[in-house]
Amino acid sequence: MTNSIREIPLSAGFLVIGSNTTENHPVLGSMIKNAVINNGKKLVVADPRRIELAKYADHYFQIKPGTNIAILNGFMHVLIKEGLYDKTFVETRTEGFQELARTLEKYTPEYVAEICGLDNPEDIPKAARLMAGLKPMALYYSMGITQFVSGVNGVKSTANLQMLLGNMGVPGGGVNPLRGQNNVQGACDMGALPVSYPAYQPVANEENKAKFEKAWGVAGLSAKPGLTIVEMFNAAIGGQLKAVYEMGENPVMSDPNQHHVIEALKALEFLVVQDIFLTETAQYADVVLPACAFLEKEGSVTNTERRVQPMHKVLPPWGDARDDWWIITQIANRMGEKWDYKKPEDIFEEIRKVAPSYAGITYERIEKELIQWPCPATDHPGTQYLHKDKFSRGLGLFTAIDYTPPAEGTDAEYPMILTTGRMLEHFHTGTMTRNSRILDELVPEGFVEINPNDASNYNITDGEVVSVSSRRGSIRIKAKVTDKPKPNVVFIPFHFYEAAANVLTNDALDPGCKIPEYKVCSCKIEKIA
Amino acid sequence: MEEITLLIDGREVKGQQGQTIIEVARTNGINIPSLCYHPRISKTGACRICLVRVNNRMLRPACVEPAINGMTVVTEDEDIVSMRKWILELLLSDGDHNCLYCDADGDCELQSLVKRYGVQEAKKEEPKRERAVDNESSRAIKRNEYRCILCQRCVKTCKEIQVSNVWGFSERGFETRLIADDDQKIGESSCVECGQCVQMCPTGALTYQTVLGRGANWELKKESSICIYCGVGCKIDFYTNREGLLVKTLGNYEGPNEGHLCVKGRFGFDFVQNKKRLTKPLIKRNGAFEEASWDEALDLVASRFTEIKTKYGSDSIAALSSAKCTNEENYLMQKFMRAVIGTNNVDHCARL
Repeated sequence: MTNSIREIPLSAGFLVIGSNTTENHPVLGSMIKNAVINNGKKLVVADPRRIELAKYADHYFQIKPGTNIAILNGFMHVLIKEGLYDKTFVETRTEGFQELARTLEKYTPEYVAEICGLDNPEDIPKAARLMAGLKPMALYYSMGITQFVSGVNGVKSTANLQMLLGNMGVPGGGVNPLRGQNNVQGACDMGALPVSYPAYQPVANEENKAKFEKAWGVAGLSAKPGLTIVEMFNAAIGGQLKAVYEMGENPVMSDPNQHHVIEALKALEFLVVQDIFLTETAQYADVVLPACAFLEKEGSVTNTERRVQPMHKVLPPWGDARDDWWIITQIANRMGEKWDYKKPEDIFEEIRKVAPSYAGITYERIEKELIQWPCPATDHPGTQYLHKDKFSRGLGLFTAIDYTPPAEGTDAEYPMILTTGRMLEHFHTGTMTRNSRILDELVPEGFVEINPNDASNYNITDGEVVSVSSRRGSIRIKAKVTDKPKPNVVFIPFHFYEAAANVLTNDALDPGCKIPEYKVCSCKIEKIA
Repeated sequence: MEEITLLIDGREVKGQQGQTIIEVARTNGINIPSLCYHPRISKTGACRICLVRVNNRMLRPACVEPAINGMTVVTEDEDIVSMRKWILELLLSDGDHNCLYCDADGDCELQSLVKRYGVQEAKKEEPKRERAVDNESSRAIKRNEYRCILCQRCVKTCKEIQVSNVWGFSERGFETRLIADDDQKIGESSCVECGQCVQMCPTGALTYQTVLGRGANWELKKESSICIYCGVGCKIDFYTNREGLLVKTLGNYEGPNEGHLCVKGRFGFDFVQNKKRLTKPLIKRNGAFEEASWDEALDLVASRFTEIKTKYGSDSIAALSSAKCTNEENYLMQKFMRAVIGTNNVDHCARL
């Protein structure tokens, strides 16, 4: 997030797009609800599903999956055409406006409504006018913006809108992606990415290479960017990748196109899985290492607003489970290294030296202070919101972006659109929530949400087990007839291995960041009995 | 914000214009007892237990009375004590406040006040009316209205923090009672089981279904950490009993969550003490996993990585790091892959 959670009361309104906030970030979702319902703040929502926030929205757009860019362009078209954008901000803080304006010309409300499958084109200008008057407005998004082959462009479009509205670099504004895992921000910050060292320092850069060779006392670090997850599995099938060391991830459940992932894991010569349960992925391992769960470990984690917080040891290790950092250190040392970390703080002190944005953060400080990176020095208070007065590149760059369709369209054989995601009571691959009694009892099995219109067309009743198939596979799953999804769109949460949504999903990738298109693929529904 | 000065119990204290007496007192470490008041929700002014003497004259409820510059406040004197005792006796006269059978025993604000003011068993003159007890309809929350003092904290919590508006009051006067939606059982209502109302309930009227263990509240050990689920990073106080079993979680008010938790943050942690957890390293031999020692397993991993690196090159090995692990562990994993294996093939589920 460019901004902070505690700034929610400062926003005059919100645009929530591609985020089912009340189910997937429920505490933050409640804060937005409180602002809107109890304090009269404005809300615009765009989502293919009639999510809870849609109920409280001043304008709700039930867009077709994969059409975010079109609706965002539609809002911007109106802002420019009616001269409602923040001219001072655009003139003093941005560049690329003319090209953006040219590209947006054709995104009339009618054109956008056609792409997005909306029957309320007249609401697009109304929503745009409302947003123009919200000073400031915060934009919140999540995987409903990113998990498309046009994911990077989706993100850039959110930035375009917020710059056009002058909502960057102000408290209560900003572009605010909600991170889906408790330390996905930290894992990225720490360089658990194939293209960058800690603090986003690119690997394909001689200066950075030299810097880390010196810091780590090694020579010959690779300057060649590595493989992303989906590329790894392609390389395993292709025979270039022979071994995978997997720590606390469950790709059999979490990655798109499950059959393909399993084929890849089987093709490996050696697979190590380090986890807390014998997960669906661990079944394919050659060695399984039992790791401590979060309540058994110390360390730091970084939340969606870049806030670094301490984790404390609540419980002793389970059985003979060990800390992940200890296990990695042991393997490194058995391969000839002389790593001498005795506790997580020793590692954090090293992080501070190589990651400039963490340089001023210490274990002592995060015990008593609220610190968000960047925090370059121990006397620096941290950064509540980014891009105040100037962007990191200087001027904010508008990127003129055209709508592009998803990788897979519907056809006669696969006439429906499948979109996937999470739900309130469960999390990701279900490893944790399905092994927690109360949550598992609350929602014990998976389901496919289907609109009453479609249900009636296919003669499907609520609770009936149906078959859902895509070009990659087929599952059997209970139907939940509800007007939440748009007609012709079905939704399946991916937490349930018995009816795994990712058997069906498409592993087509965004060409830039290599994110898979989980949010849209074509499918068909068939009655079983 | 204009600074103001008050004299509370003979002590000069500073506050801000717009604060109430109880807010100024508490920020200065002066405890005025309260039941309906809670800093996280709007003020109700219902229970009157926080009555204080203002300017040596009238008794005013400290939770709603604005603090004014130069004000003199006495938080307890003989009259106030007898008034508070009388209020407590009234509260006890209705319902059934038997601590022996109550999960809140030892963690009950009503009980603390009864002890503090030495209230003896109250006379029950009013006929007892029938109230709702619901220990079963919800997987997460239990309800016993015999212990309810109608403070409205749950109603306001559901309206202002969770913003689901499930709880409300029905009827008037002696008949007033708490209802979920239009008088549904909790498990059948629109409640999303965040359990925030339980955290805020000053008595045992709302309690949690157990997570794993149960223990007397005074035996529980508390330690804070950060929730393992989404990226909001809620700070949570975890409570364990003498046997080391998780009993409950409460939202910590200093975290980004400001005390609030969702259903996962409240009830989603017994997986840590689930019998299916891995306890020993496993090595697959002839298609089946066999338990192994750490030395054996680690040696095998190190030697296989070395072999594969030598035979096929560094880029033939990849690692998946984890958004569920700490910064330190993620840092070490990428350092291991880059500095020891010699490849940038390290990623995690950021895109998944």
